Amino acid sequence: MSDSLVTVAYIAASALFILSLGGLSNQETARRGNLYGILGMVIALVATAARADVTGYGMLAVSILPGAVIGAFLASRVAMTSMPELVAVLHSFVGLAAVLVGFASYLGPDPGLHGVEATIHQVEIYIGIFVGAITFTGSIIAFGKLRGLIGGKPLLLPARHGLNAGMVLGSVGLGVPFLSAGHELTAAGLPVGLTPLLVMTALACLIGVHMVMAIGGADMPVVVSMLNSYSGWAAAAAGFMLSNDLLIVTGALVGSSGAILSYVMCAAMNRSFISVILGGFGTDGGSSSSSSAATPEGKVTSVEVAEVVELLRDAASVIIIPGYGMAVAQAQHSLSEVVKILRKKGKNVRFAIHPVAGRLPGHMNVLLAEANVPYDIVLEMDEINEDFTDTDVVLVIGANDIVNPSALEDPGSPIAGMPVLECWKAQKTIVMKRSMGTGYAGVENPLFFKENTDMLFGDAKKNVDAILSSLRG
Amino acid sequence: MKVGIPKETAQGERRVAATPDTAKRLQKLGFAVVVQSGAGAAASFSDAAYRAAGCEVVEDAATVWQCDVVAKVRPPVAEEIAAMRSGATVISFIYPAQNRELLELCARHGVTTIAMDAVPRITRAQKLDALSSMANIAGYRAVIEAAHQFGRFFTGQITAAGKVPPAKVLVIGAGVAGLAAIGAARGLGAVVRAFDTRPVVKEQVESMGAEFLELEFAEDGTGEGGYAKVMSPEFIAAEMALFKAQAEEVDIIITTALIPGRPAPLLIKTEHVEGMRPGSVIIDMAAEQGGNCELCRPGEIVDHGGVKIVGYTDLPSRLPAQASQLYGTNVAHLLDDLGGAANYKIDLEDEVVRGATVVHAGECIWPPPKKDPPPAPPPAAKAALVVAGGHKKAEGGKSNPTWLAIAGLALLALGLGAPPSFLSHFTVFVLAIFVGWQVIWNVAPALHTPLMSVTNAISGIIIIGGMLQISGPPSSATVLLGAVAILVATINIAGGFLVTQRMLQMFRR
Repeated sequence: MSDSLVTVAYIAASALFILSLGGLSNQETARRGNLYGILGMVIALVATAARADVTGYGMLAVSILPGAVIGAFLASRVAMTSMPELVAVLHSFVGLAAVLVGFASYLGPDPGLHGVEATIHQVEIYIGIFVGAITFTGSIIAFGKLRGLIGGKPLLLPARHGLNAGMVLGSVGLGVPFLSAGHELTAAGLPVGLTPLLVMTALACLIGVHMVMAIGGADMPVVVSMLNSYSGWAAAAAGFMLSNDLLIVTGALVGSSGAILSYVMCAAMNRSFISVILGGFGTDGGSSSSSSAATPEGKVTSVEVAEVVELLRDAASVIIIPGYGMAVAQAQHSLSEVVKILRKKGKNVRFAIHPVAGRLPGHMNVLLAEANVPYDIVLEMDEINEDFTDTDVVLVIGANDIVNPSALEDPGSPIAGMPVLECWKAQKTIVMKRSMGTGYAGVENPLFFKENTDMLFGDAKKNVDAILSSLRG
Repeated sequence: MKVGIPKETAQGERRVAATPDTAKRLQKLGFAVVVQSGAGAAASFSDAAYRAAGCEVVEDAATVWQCDVVAKVRPPVAEEIAAMRSGATVISFIYPAQNRELLELCARHGVTTIAMDAVPRITRAQKLDALSSMANIAGYRAVIEAAHQFGRFFTGQITAAGKVPPAKVLVIGAGVAGLAAIGAARGLGAVVRAFDTRPVVKEQVESMGAEFLELEFAEDGTGEGGYAKVMSPEFIAAEMALFKAQAEEVDIIITTALIPGRPAPLLIKTEHVEGMRPGSVIIDMAAEQGGNCELCRPGEIVDHGGVKIVGYTDLPSRLPAQASQLYGTNVAHLLDDLGGAANYKIDLEDEVVRGATVVHAGECIWPPPKKDPPPAPPPAAKAALVVAGGHKKAEGGKSNPTWLAIAGLALLALGLGAPPSFLSHFTVFVLAIFVGWQVIWNVAPALHTPLMSVTNAISGIIIIGGMLQISGPPSSATVLLGAVAILVATINIAGGFLVTQRMLQMFRR
């Protein structure tokens, strides 16, 4: 295939990728969007395979077939609650691929490059490997944390900021011997620059590990979207080193997508991106407030399932606020049945989703969709927050910090200023929780002590099942 | 236990402390209700109606005052207290701050006194908050009085006889009365504006359909118990200027500004009144506390150069049936909180009962001890917000040019140093970032997880990097590295697209 045809195919693929992301703007067009993405990918692969300089078809087949099988297997088996892990592990693959492509490109240099062009090429390789390595190990740690293989608590080494800064500076410093080495070969026939390159890769891997280790479990949405962004930049860097515009476009699309998601998540927690990345919740400024917010006034009223059912029967409008606890308890399927029954009785039942509920942006929406909850009754925080005043009953299931009124009322609270779902404005709020423990931010929740709030303690799944059976009966 | 409902003796008072309807509620709580003959007449409740509701109707006041609990509207007079049994309870508006002598008298006679106007204004006590009930009625009635005095329509109309502009109403003070006035005036079709020193009520004002007037001035007038506080002289000057401008424009001004324990603030001066068009109306709902308008005379209508200033102090009583019904309900809720007839008890541990009880067991216990103010200090929050806002602004102002300059310098350096082949790729890169930025903001938040998995899949495009490396001799390092890259990237592509498809299948309407 001629170079022009390949280029045209790449343009088509880029356009299809953009359409694919554009299609996700709403549920109706989303599936078509995904098909555009697949089509774009097929066009890009076929065009690349047909290039005059690609001849290793045997090797291609040997490596592509098992990959496709493994990918399909993962995709068909993964439980929706485990989506965050899958996404994290896929990020690590992109990072790994970027590192491998970088090394391959370095070891098989293009003889047509001289002077400044050669130097730029080397810088591209260097940056590509650096970003790729951070993405790789960072995603693996994120995967481990999400899977529960590594504890969710942030690992806070002393002088960790200094450590990070030192490693970054070291990586930059190693660039000097790497670039000055050019393409000289050692006695063994390997490039002189390989040693600094390998050391830098190891450093970058350490940075990735250390960075994600310092971040707590509930900040994972930010981390995962940040790694998503990094994987995009790694792909873009690979595009620069290979002079391939398709890779550059795709990498930039993915990179900005991840950046926007991180931004959205941070805004939803009213925290700066920097503070999340530097890790450790509430380590700065939070200590002074804990005393003032320690003991909210009022007392906690605990209720039984029967009373909750009674309330639901009498209510005309109900809003359900799910949190990560619902996913942990796997209560969404029973909950969906409860919603179905209530809706059949003509009640206005809706879900309110906080942007950081769950461990992945949009995670709650996927879980509810899997449980057959129609998506038009699942609303975002901004869409529904004003409706709480006219709502009879709010069910909070396994959520804590996202319904904490002290975010708005107590300026000294560590979560002050974070937008929250204002469920306490409703007539009655039922909080389903395992115990009175605090949420991720470690802040007491005055909601539980409010007069119009009742607590339903116990396992969310069992309680929802009990509600379901007595609603049926 | 017996609850007595005497006929009100204050001149012009048409309300009564129980209607046949609320008397039934009281009976449900276990009380027997004794009503003085003619007590409800002014509010259109006949003796027969009370009898039909199961009440005992008696001729003489003395029998009523001998009951265990006596509920009335206006504060009782000395003879009435004297006629009560020791240990009995009287429930009414008391105004304890102005009526110290009455409290001492009640204490001497051993009469427990509960002031409906001293009920704490907290959420739990809303159902017995008689001040709010009465303010609501007064606000409505104020608009009706204004309409009565005003020589034109409230609503705008286009008729065969010409166009009628809508009346413009300004409500000053957006408490319960003010909000009720806004609602009533809007209901009649007027254009309504409202002003209040407390910025927090803006939302409520706007929810009632009025425009909220604001001063270019940062001072929060929120005081205790939902009332306003005294403002600084600068604020008042700005406020005066606003009122002057408004007075020239509006047809009707309704003032409801009160600060607890002080004379009503003077808001509408003679010069403001003189600036209004003849035929305009001012309803001064604060007349009893001295009036918000300089020319107001309590209980009267003053005509000043064609502008009528209404100083009625009995607005709730001018809607006697409605006012009695709401007041009676508040009283019934209070008696319910006191335990009903069976468990009747003045429980001074209860915050609401403690606040409302002004005399108990021969002792004057008003005012109640102040509770520690809640730990959340709104001014601090305000200050923090202001500081944060200012900070943000300063930051944005400073960093924007800096960042632009840095970006500009970086581009310049690139232009000087980089070869054209790199720059053409760089163009594509920068444009793609902008395209991505635009496209991603349109993605529905509900689809963020599919977005992540699909971007995962397409970032597997890095497979091309591997494909370009595998065409050398099969054993070379480049080829092997490329092959592994292809393997993992393929997992990504296949896994990403398929799981996205699987997820999207689940989204159903």
